[in-house]
This record gives sequence, structure tokens and C-alpha cells, in this order.
Amino acid sequence: MTDRRDFLAGAWDSVPTLPANVPFGFVAGAAAVQAGFSDLQAVAMSALIFGGASQLAAIDLLGSGAPLAIVVLTAVVVNLRYVMYSAAIAPYFRDFKSKWRLFASQFIVDTTFAIAVTEYERDPETDRLAYWLGVCATIYVGYVLGTAAGVVVGDAVPDGLQLDFAVPLLFLALLVPSITDEATGVAAAVGGFVAVAAAGLPMNVGIVVAALLGITAGAVADFAEVGR
Amino acid sequence: MKLWLVVLAAALGTYALRVSFVTLFGRVDDVPPRVKRVLAFVPPAVLAALVLPELVLYGDGLSVSLSNDRLIAGLIAAGVAWKTEDMLATVVVGMLALYALSLVP
Repeated sequence: MTDRRDFLAGAWDSVPTLPANVPFGFVAGAAAVQAGFSDLQAVAMSALIFGGASQLAAIDLLGSGAPLAIVVLTAVVVNLRYVMYSAAIAPYFRDFKSKWRLFASQFIVDTTFAIAVTEYERDPETDRLAYWLGVCATIYVGYVLGTAAGVVVGDAVPDGLQLDFAVPLLFLALLVPSITDEATGVAAAVGGFVAVAAAGLPMNVGIVVAALLGITAGAVADFAEVGR
Repeated sequence: MKLWLVVLAAALGTYALRVSFVTLFGRVDDVPPRVKRVLAFVPPAVLAALVLPELVLYGDGLSVSLSNDRLIAGLIAAGVAWKTEDMLATVVVGMLALYALSLVP
């Protein structure tokens, strides 16, 4: 019975993410359909990739005619941060049966990770798998349903609402708290400025190059800081 | 067909990232602190690379001035993000700022 309670607690604790998460799915669905995805493809994209930032980056590149390899590479680089979450959540997933570990991993995103780890730290008695599945039920289902809504009514939203601007704002909301010291600030500054400078690069490699240079610059700055 | 290929390849690549340390963890004792430290630079670098061009590039060129509504709205939203660390508040204030600025001739 405690499994069930932890599942419900996880589902409930995740409700506050919905006002940002559902519109994110909505924008991803509407953008995909406008870029020529079929309805099924647009929903499948959210259900399978489950990473709004990477989906929007991929849709944007497809629209500007980038080679498919660059589109996929960019999507994967944008999602590189999930490696960090994977490393941080791995100790909590250790006791799951291996098939559950493989299943649970698909739902690692910024919000599911942040909510679950907060709870795991707060109460070691929580049934971790049940709680995780509850968190993911709310966030994943909300996101995929948001996408479906975007697919259905996306074209009816007037351009004047400029809903596409909600996406950089959402990234901004994640970016600001990720800058915690000098080295992470350097990573952000280099990533951002290189992305602007590289916007015209052939084959749209801009984001990939900017992200990798930003990470490298952060690591170098960190190394210099530690060496001082 | 081409679009399915993109969706499936990106989904597989992303899943590989998510599952990486979760499956490795049984075999290595702990994530090396060095690796952890470098991974901490991924979110700021990637997110800044996604955000900044959206704010300062307009059409084909760079637009860093008070007449760029998206830049101003973005700066206001960044202030809210810094003060509140609240995702919803950041998005709502940023959108309202954009609407308000578009009313200014």
C-alpha cells in the first residue's frame, strides 16, 4: 500500500510543473505540424524524444534545410545535460530491477529529476520506484497531451500571441539557476556568444559548436580557479 | 520517412544519454568527481546557446538595442528567474513584458 501512496505523492508533487510543461508540449506539437510533420509524427516525437528543447532545435534546423545528421547531432547535444542527471540519479536507481532501471531512464528530464531527487533526499523511506513513476506519470502524460493539443489547435493560435517566445523564456528559467559560480558563468557566456557568432555557419553546426566550446571553456576556467 | 528517421535517431541517441550512468553504476563504484564537474557545465553552455540567439538575432542580423522587444523582455525575465527561480513566473512575466512592449510605438 505504501507503494501506492508514494506513487500518488509523486504524481501530486509534480502538478506545479504543469502550467509550464503543458504549454511547452503544446509549442512543440504546433511547431512540428507547421514544419510538415504528420500528426502522428509530431506526437511520437514528444513521446519518444521527450525533450522539448532538443525537439524545437531539431524542428528549427529541419526548417532551414540542415543535413539530417546535423539535425540529429544537435538534438543529442542539446540533451547532453541528461548525462549529468543520469549520473546524479544513478545511486537512487541502483536497487531497481534492471528492466525497471531501463524503463525509468526514459523519463529523465530537468523537472522529473529535480522533483524526485529532492524527495529522495528528504525522505530515505520513500519507495523510489513508485514515487518516480508517479512523477513521470504527471509530467510525461501532461507533456504528450500538451503536444497533442498543439497538433490539433496549433494552427488556430494567432501569431500575434507570439507563443514561440515562451520557449526561450523556459530555457532562461533553467539557465539562470544553472549559473552558480565563475566557471559555470564562463560556460554560459562562451556558449551564448559563440551561438550568436556562429549563427551563419554552414550546415547549422552553430549550436553544437557553441555548446562544446562553452563546456570546454567552463572546464578550463574551473581548472584555472582550482589552480589558483 | 525522413522525419521518422530524425525522430527515431534523436530518440535513441537521447535514450543512450539518459541510461548511460544508470546502467554503468553497477560496474563503476561512483561517478568520478572530474567527470561530474565537467558535466555541470553542460546545462549553462547548452541553454545559453539556445537562448541568446533568440534574444539578440532578429531576421538576418544582430539587434542589440532598446527597440528589440525580445531582448528587453528576456532581460526582465532573466531578472525574475534570478530573484524567484520560478519557471512559471519567469515565463509569464516574460510574455507579459513582450506584449506590453509591443504596445509601445
